[in-house]
Amino acid sequence: MSITAEQLNRSKAPDIKDATEFNLTLKPYEKYVLDNGVEVYAVHAGTQEVMSVELVFKAGNWYEQQNNVAAAANFLIKNGTSTKTAFQLNEHFDYYGSHLSRGCYNETATIILHCINRHLGTHLPVIAEMINDAIYPQHELDIYKQNMQQRLSVNLKKCDFVAGRLIDEYVFGKNHPYGVYSNPEHYDALQQQQLLDYYKQFYTNGHCTIFAAGVLPSGFVQQLNASIGQLPLNKTILPAVVHPLSPSAEKKYRISNDANGVQGAIRLAQPFPNRHHPDFQPVQVLNTLFGGFFGSRLMSNIREDKGYTYGIHSYLLNHISTTAWMISTEAGKDVCEATIKEIYFEMEELRNEPVDDDELQLVKNYLIGTILGDLDGPFQIIGRWKNLILNGLDEHYFYSSVETIKKISAKEIQELANKYLHPEKFYELVVV
Amino acid sequence: MINFERFVLSNGLKVLIHKDLATPMAVVNVLYDVGARDEEENRTGFAHLFEHLMFGGSINIPDYDEPLQLAGGENNAYTTNDLTNYYCQLPAENLETAFWLESDRMLSLAFDEKSLDVQRKVVSEEFKEHYLNKPYGDVWHKMREMAYQQHPYKWMTIGKELKHIEEAKLQDVKNFFFKHYTPSNAILVVAGNVETERVMQLAEKWFGPIPSGEKYLRNLPQEPKQQQARRMEVTADVPLDAFYKTWHMPSRMERGYYITDLITDILGGGASSRLYQSLVKEKKLFSSLDCYHFGSIDNGLLTIEGKLVKGVDIKLAEQAVNEEVEKMKTQLVDINELQKVINKTESTMLFEDMGVMSRANSLAFYELLGDAGLMNTELGVYQSITANELMEQSKTIFEETNSNTLYYLSKN
Repeated sequence: MSITAEQLNRSKAPDIKDATEFNLTLKPYEKYVLDNGVEVYAVHAGTQEVMSVELVFKAGNWYEQQNNVAAAANFLIKNGTSTKTAFQLNEHFDYYGSHLSRGCYNETATIILHCINRHLGTHLPVIAEMINDAIYPQHELDIYKQNMQQRLSVNLKKCDFVAGRLIDEYVFGKNHPYGVYSNPEHYDALQQQQLLDYYKQFYTNGHCTIFAAGVLPSGFVQQLNASIGQLPLNKTILPAVVHPLSPSAEKKYRISNDANGVQGAIRLAQPFPNRHHPDFQPVQVLNTLFGGFFGSRLMSNIREDKGYTYGIHSYLLNHISTTAWMISTEAGKDVCEATIKEIYFEMEELRNEPVDDDELQLVKNYLIGTILGDLDGPFQIIGRWKNLILNGLDEHYFYSSVETIKKISAKEIQELANKYLHPEKFYELVVV
Repeated sequence: MINFERFVLSNGLKVLIHKDLATPMAVVNVLYDVGARDEEENRTGFAHLFEHLMFGGSINIPDYDEPLQLAGGENNAYTTNDLTNYYCQLPAENLETAFWLESDRMLSLAFDEKSLDVQRKVVSEEFKEHYLNKPYGDVWHKMREMAYQQHPYKWMTIGKELKHIEEAKLQDVKNFFFKHYTPSNAILVVAGNVETERVMQLAEKWFGPIPSGEKYLRNLPQEPKQQQARRMEVTADVPLDAFYKTWHMPSRMERGYYITDLITDILGGGASSRLYQSLVKEKKLFSSLDCYHFGSIDNGLLTIEGKLVKGVDIKLAEQAVNEEVEKMKTQLVDINELQKVINKTESTMLFEDMGVMSRANSLAFYELLGDAGLMNTELGVYQSITANELMEQSKTIFEETNSNTLYYLSKN
């Protein structure tokens, strides 16, 4: 039997199940504690024979006394131990098609291994050696400084890079870990001994938590215990560091970076409390509506109606102790001010008019659908867990955020808009 | 091993089904066999501009995104020199919504003047954001024009110049649509938590009635073998001197393609690769250095690019690159080094195949190449490559007469 075009009503959408009717479950982790007290959170999932192991140290720039020490200590941890050169270390991981990357953030710094699961046992002793016996060779540090300075010189030509640094400085202050950034002289000032000292305190004798996911090989906890579990980790109490915020008094900035530029980078931001604040979850829904997805108010107006930009987004920064609500776009040089005007117009709309039922339902369905899709796969699941655990939260937070999405009303959204979406609360920056 | 089933509708639409019942989601991927290489030289950037217009409403549905988002779905698309690919993911229960949306825009677009007007501007901003307002942003415009004299790879997907996009007319849009966006020119992949029977029914129901259209027969001018080295020097307001050199390489379905892929990994695949170790770490000539290719379907370009350490003479840097390249032609790659890049290839494939969306994407791409089953057999090709083949292939590619060199110098 064939159906002809005449019988089909293409104007009518097929019936759908509202995504808000879906039950979302966050697959639980299994937790282990190694001999030295290092906690391991593991999610066994997936079909491919691959896995990830992430070692999270409390070694972000929160703890450094001098700009860039934390980042350099993290980056160069892979550039030599007393028995292996940087090349030998790289070769060790590359040979098996494995990938060992590292990342330095504000509170944390990480070492992440991605590998085919049968190679885990080969890699763990080498990772343990990196944590216990990195030597930070002077020539590696010299190359690092030079290459980072060169990379910085290229980035500083980009308006969006410059805007990203400056807006953080305005919101958090230049001396706060969330607002600090690097200049060439900060690289010049780096000393080998500083890195070694930082490394000893925050890696070798530091505080570590492990997140593992994928098709985990049998005996993987024993393997972790035999290597990482025997290191002197989690024994010493780390210093309690307090960083006062020092936001800028001035709110509006126009910066000229490239006289021949054809676009400006626009950033608007206001300080916002962290995930423990009761407004955090409901504001995620308001934010989605405002500028958090392709169908958002900002995108519909400024890209899809005016064509001022290739893309405009709003989001809450992923910080732990306190955060900021950010709006970010690049727009044609001559339409930057018009873009800002439209952003404020959309704030005003949200303050003055309750969102209608259809649009709210759409945002809810979109958000739930996204979470459903995002829980698909071991790395995504462990990513959710890591974010919860590092923020001092548990699965209740996940389920309450799902409930918030399902239940939030137009009235609550409008109230939140009236509480937060006022132009005078925002720092405003254009870098051209 | 990626499982799939395949059938063809009477209008020529190829349908592939990949089941993965572990996920609650379904993915619908529609690949159209049209890319920037199918454009006319005086109307470039069109395939990509068109991709934007595909979201501006179809003949019976005023908006693509809203109903999909309402069904809990997300979508995106990309255009390359070779193809245009649209994909969406949504809860499997709402699969039919994706069929409804994708089939209507294959049937016909709304061809709305306002949508064209806005997307011309959006794409112009995209052009500026990525290619004009960034240091070194125009490198590939220059390199492609130098390396290709006949083949349409000589322009970039975004287009040769802003003007072509700004001058696009609605009639051009219509002609392009009816020439390329036909069932016989498309591949539909449905993946995730789906049942074969149901997908077949839905495909018949929504895509079956679309007229097959005229099959577009690609007949592109082929690039003649390059006979003489080409060089170009540019001075611009950039902080560092940069070096770019390309060599013509085999097309996607030749064995030489796979061999070349391994050559790029040996030279530039990560921190233990030859170029990085020798020229960044030991000789300190470059602050960054890469070797790669674009995976082009027609004959592509093997590329080495790097930023020079300040004060280094670019001629010396080029000479050092040439020495590394020369080694590939004269010395057999060690068995361990060969094994390393094969292992890397295996691992990359396994990681890529983790997500159902990425699997759907790959199935469509390999079907475009001729057989989705290649997805399961390509690793075997890589594993069969010998050190001798790497050397022979290097001799063919790394001929100076086959090369294009661009010095992108800092005016400061």
